[in-house]
Amino acid sequence: MAQQLRPSKPADKQPKIDWSRRQEAEHFAETVKLFRQGKIDPDIFRRFRLQNGAYGTRMTDDYAMVRIKVPAGQVYPYQLEKIAQLSEMYSIGSVHFSTRENIQLHWVILEDVSEILHSLSDIGMTSREACGNTVRNVMCSPLSGVCNDEIFDATPYALAIAKFMLRNPICQGLPRKFKFNFTCCEKHGMIRIVDVGLLPQIQEIDGEKRKGFKIFLGGGLGNRSFVGHQLEDFTPVEDLLYTSMAVIRIFDRLGDRKNLVRNRMRYLVNDMGWEKFQNLVLKERAIVKATQSVIVKLNVDETPNEIRRPISVTEDVTSLPDGFARWQKTNVEKQSQDGFNSVFIGLESGDITANQLRNVADLIRDYSAEGFARNGFSQNIVIRYVHEDDLKSMYSKLLESGLAKTGSLTMASAVGCSGTTSCNLALTNSHRLAKEVQRKFLELKLDEDDDLRDSTIKISGCPNSCGQHEVATIGFYGGGGRHEGKMFPNYTMSLGGRFDEGSMLGHHTARVPVKRVIPIILKIIELYKENKQSDDTLAKWIDRIVNGNESSKINSVEEIKKELTPLLTPPKVEDEPEFYMDYGSDTSYHTVTGKGECAA
Amino acid sequence: MTDSNMPIIDSKILRQKIKENSIRIIDVRREQEYQQGHITNAINLPLAKLLADDSAESIQKIAQNLGISDETSVAIYDDTFGALSSRVVWALQYIGHKDVKLLDVTFSQWKVLGYEISTEIPEIESAIHSVNINSEIMATAEYLEKVKENKNVVIIDNRERLNYLEQHIPGAINIPYRTLSTEGKILRTKEGMKTLLKNRGISEDAEIITYCGSVGTLSGLAYYALKSVGLPNVKLYVHSFKEWKSLEKPTDKQENANYWDLSAE
Repeated sequence: MAQQLRPSKPADKQPKIDWSRRQEAEHFAETVKLFRQGKIDPDIFRRFRLQNGAYGTRMTDDYAMVRIKVPAGQVYPYQLEKIAQLSEMYSIGSVHFSTRENIQLHWVILEDVSEILHSLSDIGMTSREACGNTVRNVMCSPLSGVCNDEIFDATPYALAIAKFMLRNPICQGLPRKFKFNFTCCEKHGMIRIVDVGLLPQIQEIDGEKRKGFKIFLGGGLGNRSFVGHQLEDFTPVEDLLYTSMAVIRIFDRLGDRKNLVRNRMRYLVNDMGWEKFQNLVLKERAIVKATQSVIVKLNVDETPNEIRRPISVTEDVTSLPDGFARWQKTNVEKQSQDGFNSVFIGLESGDITANQLRNVADLIRDYSAEGFARNGFSQNIVIRYVHEDDLKSMYSKLLESGLAKTGSLTMASAVGCSGTTSCNLALTNSHRLAKEVQRKFLELKLDEDDDLRDSTIKISGCPNSCGQHEVATIGFYGGGGRHEGKMFPNYTMSLGGRFDEGSMLGHHTARVPVKRVIPIILKIIELYKENKQSDDTLAKWIDRIVNGNESSKINSVEEIKKELTPLLTPPKVEDEPEFYMDYGSDTSYHTVTGKGECAA
Repeated sequence: MTDSNMPIIDSKILRQKIKENSIRIIDVRREQEYQQGHITNAINLPLAKLLADDSAESIQKIAQNLGISDETSVAIYDDTFGALSSRVVWALQYIGHKDVKLLDVTFSQWKVLGYEISTEIPEIESAIHSVNINSEIMATAEYLEKVKENKNVVIIDNRERLNYLEQHIPGAINIPYRTLSTEGKILRTKEGMKTLLKNRGISEDAEIITYCGSVGTLSGLAYYALKSVGLPNVKLYVHSFKEWKSLEKPTDKQENANYWDLSAE
């Protein structure tokens, strides 16, 4: 058997940067103790806890959510194995992959958080500044370095910015959280919905090709959302740090520290007006450059990662495994490197069991020529540098571990924030709803429909947009509705959101009771099919409608709404009692919320 | 408690004792697993056999049939992270056996270490064992209910977090059984265990009662994890939450959150 001839596995690749600092674990344990003894003011403790990456949990002070930062989304097999173990020891035996490339452990007893922090330092990871008013996890497109449309790989710059900002005194007490996103191309990143979004560019200056970025500032989703503005035509990489520092300094100085609900930088930009803000940034950058007492530089490590295809460990898979074609079509992207592919592992609302996580670690070792994985933007995991010839064998392995869910790169992979599963602010169980939507899509094989491929469904459990509903083709945020004195979970649906070069926020269309969300989505698809043009997609069709460019009979949001209305009428309780219950609950719906910590 | 009184035996010391033939080893896995290979000299006692009737008389009879007299040194192992073997160690201690120890590794870990295994089934002669009930290591539902409000009493639920959140004995805290082990060993290091207890604010002179889902296995492991760091006053609520519920005693739950939907199971 080939198995027996297998050489012992080479040691895991090591990350270039150790993000941890061991003393922080001990300090956290001591501080929790003082807090429990009443020796620390609860507000001060909360700030400290968030600074260290421990978020509050729904309706209780006993538990925390530990958010492990994964800068640029790069995560290594041994790290995943340790996190799997930590989830069984201190959490719920499942782990959550977030939309911002973090890995979250939920329902952790506050007194155990320090044990997790301690173990994270064993694997070079940190949760420091994953929450609170800090620079949050620095994201980078999971396809950076392998994308067919990218100009250069932004990953080393994302890592350098993350390293520079982490524990940096200038980032410890910002008016509000601050987010950087790097991308490979317009399609694969979300550069216009964050504080600082960066798109690689090359410009020829005096016959010399120079690397730089298009920088977008002041975007963000939330109770009020804004699309970011482009700072200037081209920002050379030498100015990346100065520009970032300038923006942070302005935000630190002028950002609103009083009004908790409007203190993200996007409000400052909006209040001041873009041109004024833009001028201020350019001026501030000149000052930052001119007044440095020592030259501060980003430590960009551009040594290429070693690419070596793991020694094949399986016998050739000769027969085509069941479902392979569908999986390949909806989960695999060809890389710019000949013969290599990026394999997307879709998770339901980002959840994965500890054992599956161990399987992912093995899959990386066995199939990825770069030896690590990247967290995606849609609560998923991407294993890159998988050789063409290994896809079938890898698919079989994924099937065995229940990780071969199709549709990762399609509309079927709905995003859902944590909702009432753990969040204090949630009004509905958006997390479960996203799972239900995904299951229905896969059951109906809608992931195979090319017309739907470039559309997205994103669901938030409240208006605060953690589920990014505003940039979805079909987005939902949760709330409560009432019929004949009885409450039911009721989502606000928006249509036509985008996060690419045509970024725009979705158009509020209708209020949809939770148990009608799936029928409404299917109805919209049906309307599209009746009215589509040749070579059309659902996203394009909706885009034309919300922008008033559609000529068929459904030519406005109002027309869509008219078609949907018959489905939206609440039934009598006795006719359909489930209508008045949220997913995951067998009692009638009522809203309960605690104090949010987003604005702490 | 000195180390020799500690109800836990190091795998290296067990090897020595196997050579000396000075210890009775009990394998509590299923018979079929035992037959395929076991620690040299071990005899088989599938846990189910003990659980079928766990009265003192029945445990006594089982011990006698396994050739265990009052003076026999006994070591017990399983392949279920030490939970099943803990339950059997506890049962023998309960009927008053003094020298019984939990092996600090599972059968799988023993194999990884490359230590001796065999398929040979040792011959045993039955022995006489007395019954001298060690009631202070046992908690009944009635007892638990009586003392649970006492300041010095800590009730520990050793089931997984989601089960605990959904339903638990009022006032109980949760230390999932997975928290109790380290790489390659069924129990944490002493230092690690002490840190856990210190963080949780559990004092060394507390009276601790452990429980789990139904038969006292996971909580049995917790019982020995606590004993391993020398806590003097630990009891096992051996019939655990299953009995508690069947007696319709009060329970608590974490309200207003759909935590189950975070699980990918």
